[in-house]
Amino acid sequence: MRAIHAEPELSHHMSAPNKSYDPVEVSALQPEALDRARDEALAAIAAAADLDALKDVRLAHAGDRSPLALANREIGALPPQGRAEAGKRIGAARGAVSQALKARQAELEEERDQRVLVEETVDVTLPWSRAPRGARHPLTTIQERMADVFVSMGFEVAEGPEVEAGWFNFDALNFKPDHPARSMQDTFFVESEESDLVLRTHTSPVQIRSLLSRELPVYVVVPGRTFRTDELDATHSPVFHQLEGLVVDEGITMADLRGGIDAFVNGMFGEGLAVRMRPSYFPFTEPSAEVDMQCFVCRGASAEPGGEPCRTCGSEGWIEIGGCGMVNPRVLVACGIDADRYSGWAFGLGVERTLMFRHGVEDMHDMVEGDVRFTLPFGMEI
Amino acid sequence: MRAPLSWLREYVALPADVTGRELAAKLIDAGLEVETVDRAGADLVGPLVIGEVLAIEELTEFKKPIRYCQVDVGQANGTGEPQNIICGASNFAVGDRVVVILPGGELPGGFKIGARKTYGKVSEGMICSVRELGIGDDHDGILVLPPGGEPVGTDVIPLFGLRDDVLDIAVTPDRGYALSIRGIAREAATAYDVPFTDPAAVELPADTEPSYPATIADPTACDRFVLREVRGFDAEARTPMWMRVRLFRAGMRPVSLAVDVTNYLMLELGQPLHAFDRTKLTGAIEVRRARAGESLETLDHVKRTLDPEDILITDESGAISMAGTMGGLHTEIDEKSSDMVIEAAHFDDIGTARMVRRHKLHSEASYRFERGVDRELPLYASYRAVRLLAELGGAEIVPGVTHAEAPAPPVRVTMAAGHPDKVAGVTYGRDTVVRRLEQIGASVEGDDVLTVTPPSWRPDLVDPNDLAEEVIRLEGYENIPARAPRPVAGRGLTVQQRLRRRVGRALAGAGYVEVLSFPFVSDKDWDNLQLPADDARRRALRLANPLSEDEPLLRTTLLPGLFKALVRNTGRGFGDIGLFETGLVFRPDPDAPKVAPRLAVDRGPTPEEIASVDAALPDQPHRVAVVLAGEREPSGWWGKGEPARWADAVEAARVVAAEAGVELTVRADRHAPWHPGRCAALFHGDTLVGHAGELHPRVIKAYGLPPRTCAMELELRRLGEPVTPSAPHVSTYPVATQDVALVVDDAVPAADVEAALREGAGDLLESIRLFDVYTGEQAGEGRKSLAYTLRFRAPDRTLTAEDASAARDAAVAAAADRTGATLRGA
Repeated sequence: MRAIHAEPELSHHMSAPNKSYDPVEVSALQPEALDRARDEALAAIAAAADLDALKDVRLAHAGDRSPLALANREIGALPPQGRAEAGKRIGAARGAVSQALKARQAELEEERDQRVLVEETVDVTLPWSRAPRGARHPLTTIQERMADVFVSMGFEVAEGPEVEAGWFNFDALNFKPDHPARSMQDTFFVESEESDLVLRTHTSPVQIRSLLSRELPVYVVVPGRTFRTDELDATHSPVFHQLEGLVVDEGITMADLRGGIDAFVNGMFGEGLAVRMRPSYFPFTEPSAEVDMQCFVCRGASAEPGGEPCRTCGSEGWIEIGGCGMVNPRVLVACGIDADRYSGWAFGLGVERTLMFRHGVEDMHDMVEGDVRFTLPFGMEI
Repeated sequence: MRAPLSWLREYVALPADVTGRELAAKLIDAGLEVETVDRAGADLVGPLVIGEVLAIEELTEFKKPIRYCQVDVGQANGTGEPQNIICGASNFAVGDRVVVILPGGELPGGFKIGARKTYGKVSEGMICSVRELGIGDDHDGILVLPPGGEPVGTDVIPLFGLRDDVLDIAVTPDRGYALSIRGIAREAATAYDVPFTDPAAVELPADTEPSYPATIADPTACDRFVLREVRGFDAEARTPMWMRVRLFRAGMRPVSLAVDVTNYLMLELGQPLHAFDRTKLTGAIEVRRARAGESLETLDHVKRTLDPEDILITDESGAISMAGTMGGLHTEIDEKSSDMVIEAAHFDDIGTARMVRRHKLHSEASYRFERGVDRELPLYASYRAVRLLAELGGAEIVPGVTHAEAPAPPVRVTMAAGHPDKVAGVTYGRDTVVRRLEQIGASVEGDDVLTVTPPSWRPDLVDPNDLAEEVIRLEGYENIPARAPRPVAGRGLTVQQRLRRRVGRALAGAGYVEVLSFPFVSDKDWDNLQLPADDARRRALRLANPLSEDEPLLRTTLLPGLFKALVRNTGRGFGDIGLFETGLVFRPDPDAPKVAPRLAVDRGPTPEEIASVDAALPDQPHRVAVVLAGEREPSGWWGKGEPARWADAVEAARVVAAEAGVELTVRADRHAPWHPGRCAALFHGDTLVGHAGELHPRVIKAYGLPPRTCAMELELRRLGEPVTPSAPHVSTYPVATQDVALVVDDAVPAADVEAALREGAGDLLESIRLFDVYTGEQAGEGRKSLAYTLRFRAPDRTLTAEDASAARDAAVAAAADRTGATLRGA
């Protein structure tokens, strides 16, 4: 306390330090006095209840005019042999106070932050749906996904017109005029049957267009919209989509066809799924086959005795996915390709059907009506 | 084709324990598409026996006539006493033979029979109708059996073949031979490697005399025509139960014995047969094409005007039958016919197919002729027919056969013996190839190069690949190995394909939901869209056979489909909505050829030929369109939302264009179906790419759209080829910002002001943003104030205040010069 009263003299002495030794004035450097000043400071720091109080305490006990600061100034009044000792003592005391201040400061800031953050609490469960949500149609995205599997094998995506000439849609694909296979396709004719313009009944005319416009070998995948005169019901639509892969190269065999379909099935539906082919008929392939794959959900287990029923494959163990075959040499000839040198395979599937069994779509209407509730969950990719 | 297993077993020695399902699996592997296997009568439980009605007591006290009958069932009931049975039918008499199910039995569908009290009597079983037995649809009365036959008490389950597996096979168009028990049995025999008995292989009598006179006038229409005759057929004779059951199982309705016999043989052999009433024929028969003006009333009581291309059976009175399609009404056999002429012929497949299409006349016979019938069958099938009519109907076979034919050159296919190996990627070897080809009935000659004569029932085998398929399918598709694909150097997606994917993602990201609508529209849509009479969009392609007469046109714009999808959604309670679609529209060129030429298929077309086909096609550009209504940003607890408005539609166009690296410029336009004051024409440079804005109120009303619905449509290719973007230089020097408020005439488009500012500001301008539009007193009458923030930055230095002010002044000067803008407050 005394040191505080001694302030005026101290300032006076500051202007002319260390000229003489004054035993009264240096009493502030006595160890007991220093300890007392330190303890008083520590007690005040501990007692500071908030950051404002601590600010006052800092001023009083660590400021320029605090006892310890004042004591420090008097070191010069000591005889040289005592200065080091006194300096050390003051340093220790000031260090302790400064550390305590820092600790208390952190403590009080933490307390304040806690309080403020609690006060700023909101109800984070409030709904916030200000941005409209969009989605792409799953028929679009599943076509992209399937095409990408082929693209990863080096195929290119080929496209063609939807209003197509009969020559591309039928003749060049070895559909003979008046053959029942032609009427099986339930064709929409444009303007008149004589115009020989049709809404393409399949994506296969793009095979012809690809073979006519590209250099051999040809490796293409053709997704697209197709049309047949079926009334819309739960499993049929007059407008639907197909996707087909076509390879024409030297030395292509049914083993390549099988390998290509295996690769597609594994890329699209999962590793290790078995594929089987059943002989069938398409005018543009010979030999031809229907393709089944092992059910990707039950992997065939549902068809075993005692197996759990499977909704995806109807407990058949297999899912029919599409048709395939070796490109009929007559198709190659119609495209001006040497059928002795080149051979090829083609594989096609129905996109709607694939979406139905892959994603459990139950009714064709859902895919054609454009109800946003149906489409939104499919998002951007599938 | 529905094939009962018991019928197949008659001609193929299948192991006794083979079930329909097992056979189906084998046939599927061999290439017959077995769709289902019906286990007919599988749930039938006897005793089900022949009974004879001994006495009938008519019970009259009930609402309908009820009979209390005593029926002799022999020892089937264990006692030999007559069985007392209540029956509600009355189409039988004492002495009739009927089918009785005794207590303990069970009819198809889980219908359990017991002795029970009914109509005041105890009924010990039931007298059955064909429907109850699962062998017919008729439920008008009980089944009265033909007289004679097995004794009372005989178990009819095996006798009539009531328990049978029936394979339903979807026969592909190339395999006409499989439209017969004969063809399917042959495949079954090959699949199980067991003997096959050909049902057509009957020994023919050494007939030398011709039967009813007939000639072939047009050998391109028919190359074999066979007639045989019967006399004294008992018109009362009934079809035996076994035949009746098989016909029903195969999907045909029993008619009369004579008709049933021809149908039965058609199913068994694949050869359509026709029976004429001998007494209704006039003079010699001739097979020829129709003459102009000829007509014929067919069995279905339709009078048909014939086309000169139609193939006819005629006599001296004129047409009596449409060949292989449907017989004439006049010469039809009836319930009294006893003298009959049986026709079995081989008609041209294409000729039949055309006739079927021309007259929309599909029959079991034409179905087979279109797909190719075995040319060697007529002599045998006709003989089997007269024999069955003799056996079952007591007819007398008139000796002699009329056999008119035109020579048909044999089909031979030359194939390298190794060709199937080359197709399959499997080594079969010559011996296997020859063995398999012989198994399907072909004769094979040669060593390294084989000369193969396919069997007469396989007209589909004409190319080496056809023969390869036969070998490969019989060797098993499952034995073909998989060869992993060789990776090829593909270039991935094209620029346009990638752009379309990006556009889809960007619009979905901007809150639009994709729809894929049908491209069918109507003339009414053009009116609903308020299109002017000469609008090019009214020029649409028309379908010759639309599904709905209401929508016979192909879309020339995506908007109608989107509008309908939007209405569907709002109707279901989703009014705040944005939809988009990308797809083709069809824009015919009025000068295009009306008919697409049909090119040759025995060689590749020339580029000119391809161009001539493509010239007939309409232009089919990819378009993208959006439609939006309700709140674009919803209201909520946070406050009011934002309604969907014209600007959102324009913004959607900018979102699309940005994916193509294009910045659109916008000009006011008046273009249907948009609101004339809220329609933006969208430009890429000088190219009009589309329109956006709010729809015309009349369009909104016509489609029932929500008020102020907005839309955008643009054509993707008009955005040009997306360019590879170059990296911009990013300056790290500070920005200098200047605000200006300009007053212009109301009619001046903001886009023009902004363009002028940009131009005037020069290179230092980094960005420009319109932050306020003000109309009111302070702007002045008929004027508006546009407030912009201009941001300036230099690539190489910190701009001074003077630099920024000078640039701003230059911008304002340009705006003043071009748009008459004045600085607000100046």
